[in-house]
Amino acid sequence: MNFTEAVILTIIASSTPFVLAGIGELVAERSGVLNLGVEGMMIMGTITGFATAYVTDSATLGFIAAIAAGMVFSSLFAFMTLGLAANQVASGLALTILGLGLSDLVGTGFVGLNRSKIPSLDIPGLTDLPMVGPILFGQDALVYLSIALVAAVWWFLYRSRGGLILRAVGESHVSAHALGYPVRLIRFGAVLFGGGCAGLAGAYLSLADTPFWGTGMTAGRGWIALALVVFASWRPWRLLLGAYFFGAIWIGNLHIQALSGSLPRWLVWPPQFWTALPYLATVIVLVMISSGKDRSGAAPASLGTPFVPDR
Amino acid sequence: MKRTILAALSAIGLAATVLAAPALAEDKLKVGFIYLGPVGDYGWTYQHEVGRQAVVKALGDKVDTTYVENVPEGPDAQRAIENLAADGNKLIFTTSFGYMDPTIKAAKNYPDVDFEHATGFKRADNVSTYAARFYEGRYIEGVIAAKMSKSGIVGYVAPFPIPEVISGINSFMRGAQSVRPDLKIKIVWVSTWYDPGKEADAAKALIAQGADILAQHTDSPAAMQAAAEKGIYAFGQDSDMIKFGPKAQLTAIVNNWGDYYIERTKAVLDGTWKSTDTWQGLDKGMVKMADFTNMPDDVKKLAQDTEDGLKSGKINPFSCPVVNQDGQTVECKGGDHLDAGQILGMNWYVKGIDDKFPN
Repeated sequence: MNFTEAVILTIIASSTPFVLAGIGELVAERSGVLNLGVEGMMIMGTITGFATAYVTDSATLGFIAAIAAGMVFSSLFAFMTLGLAANQVASGLALTILGLGLSDLVGTGFVGLNRSKIPSLDIPGLTDLPMVGPILFGQDALVYLSIALVAAVWWFLYRSRGGLILRAVGESHVSAHALGYPVRLIRFGAVLFGGGCAGLAGAYLSLADTPFWGTGMTAGRGWIALALVVFASWRPWRLLLGAYFFGAIWIGNLHIQALSGSLPRWLVWPPQFWTALPYLATVIVLVMISSGKDRSGAAPASLGTPFVPDR
Repeated sequence: MKRTILAALSAIGLAATVLAAPALAEDKLKVGFIYLGPVGDYGWTYQHEVGRQAVVKALGDKVDTTYVENVPEGPDAQRAIENLAADGNKLIFTTSFGYMDPTIKAAKNYPDVDFEHATGFKRADNVSTYAARFYEGRYIEGVIAAKMSKSGIVGYVAPFPIPEVISGINSFMRGAQSVRPDLKIKIVWVSTWYDPGKEADAAKALIAQGADILAQHTDSPAAMQAAAEKGIYAFGQDSDMIKFGPKAQLTAIVNNWGDYYIERTKAVLDGTWKSTDTWQGLDKGMVKMADFTNMPDDVKKLAQDTEDGLKSGKINPFSCPVVNQDGQTVECKGGDHLDAGQILGMNWYVKGIDDKFPN
C-alpha cells in the first residue's frame, strides 16, 4: 500500500462515524427537532455495540443492539421534547450528559476487553487493483452502508412524498398540523432515526475503528457531527462531502506531522489549530448562509421550536 | 396518593440510614483519591485505581477509601480535595500534575490532613510529592526498537509537549542510539491524552509512513491494536497491553502505584508519615516492564541487561555528555548525568531527532 492510499483509507475510516451520526441528525433537524444529544446517543451505541458483540461474539448483533440503544435513548429525548414540549436545547444537553455517565456505568465490566476488528470486504481481483482497489473495494461494510444511507436519505427527502411531508413539518409545523399531518408522530420517527444512526456511528468506533471499550471514547465526535449538519446546510450530499472534509482535517494533520521532518516549516501548523478548524469552517459557512440572499441553504424554519397542538 | 408519599419518605429515610452508616466506623483511616480521568480509561487513572485497590486488598480492615473521578485541573480540583478533607479523609492522594496548587491550598486549610501529590514539585509540611521515572522504561524500549526495526523508523504517538513526554522521547532515542545511532523517530502529536480513535489514526499514519515499531505516550491500547492489525511491533503504555497485540507487543511500561500507596497509608496508620519527595523508577518497582515478548533471545537478553543496568544505576539514560538537537552540549548539572531539575523541565530534543520541536 502506498502513502496516498493509506492517507485516503484512514480519512474514509475516520470520517464514517461523522457521516452516520450526521445524516441521522440531519433528518431529525429537517423535521424541526434540534437534538444536541448526539454525543450521548453515540456513546450509548459505542458501549452497547461493544458489550453485545463481546457477549454474543457477533459484530452484526452488536451493530443492531447499538442502533436499538440509540433509538431507545433518543425516544427519551422525544418523550421530553415532543410529549412534554420541553426545551430542545436543554433536553439535548441533558441527554449528552446522561449518556456519558450511563455509558461509563454500563461499561464498567468491559474495560480492557479485546475484540477483533470487523473485516473489510476484500473482493479478490478488484481489491488488488492499484490505488482504486483498496479504496473502492477494500473498506468495511459500514463505509458502503453510510454512503448508501446518505443516498437513501436524499431520495427520501427530495423524491418521496414522505420526505416532502417531513420537510413541511420542519418548515412550519403549524401549517402541517392544519393540513392534518401528525406532526409529533413524524418528528418522533425522525428523532428515532437520528438516534439509530448515532448509535450505529458509536458502534463503528468500538467495533471497527478501535475494537475495545474505554470511557468517553467518542471524544467529541458527536459535537463535530452537529457542526457538520450546519456546515452542510441541511443537505445530504453536502453532508457526505463535509464529513470527508472534516475527517481529512482530523487525520490529515496527523499525516502532515509524521512527514514534518521532510516538510517546510510553514506547512507544519500547531495540532490545536486543526482540531479547531471544523468548527471554524462551520462558523464561516453559517456567516455565508445568513448573509446570502438565497435562503435555500438555511435551517428549517421551525427548527428548535416546540410544537403543542391546539395552543 | 398519601401512601406513595409515605413510601417515598420511608425510602429516603432508609437511604439516609445506609448513607450514615459509614460515618459510624470512625476507627478506620479514611483515604481519598482524586482522579483526573475516569477509572475506566484503561490508562493513567485506571492504574491509580489499581493502586487504590491494592491498598484495600492489603489494609482493607484498617482503611476506608473513596475516590472522585473526572476532576478537572483548576478551581474545581480544590473544591473536590477540600470536600474529601471535610469528609474526614486523613490521607488524600491527588494524582495529576495540575492539582499541584489546589493541593497546596487545600493543605493550608486542613493542616491535620496529609496530602500526597503525584508528579508535582511543590511541597509543604503536610504535602508529599511522588512521581515515577517512566523515562527509564523508555530507554529499554529504545534499545529494543533499535534491534527490532527493519525499516529503521520508529513511530511515536505523543500527547502534549510537556517535559515528562519530551524526556520520554529523548530517553527512548538515547537508548536506541546506544545500539544503533542512525535510528529515525517520527513523532505525531495528537493533542489529547485519551482519544482511542485519534490514537489509532495517528498509529496508522505513522505505519503508512514506514514505521515498523510504534511507541506511545497516550493512554489507550488503540496504537497496539493498529500495530497488531498491520503485523508490526509496538510498546504498551501504562498497562500490560499484551492481550491487544499478542504478536505485536515487545514490552510495556506498567505504572505501579500500589506498593507506594500501601507504604504511605501504613505510615499514616503508624503515625510515621512525613513530608517527602519520592521519585522512583525501575529499582523500587514504581515503573515495571511487562514481559519481553516477540523478540529473539539475544534481544531479550540485551533488554534484560539494560533493565538490570538501569536498576543498579550502572546505566543512566541521561549520562553526560548529552548533545541537543542543535549539536550543542547540554550543561551537565548532576555530575556525570543530567540532574532531576533538567529532566523534569526538559524542553528540547536530543541530537538525532529530526522532528521540529513543537511550540
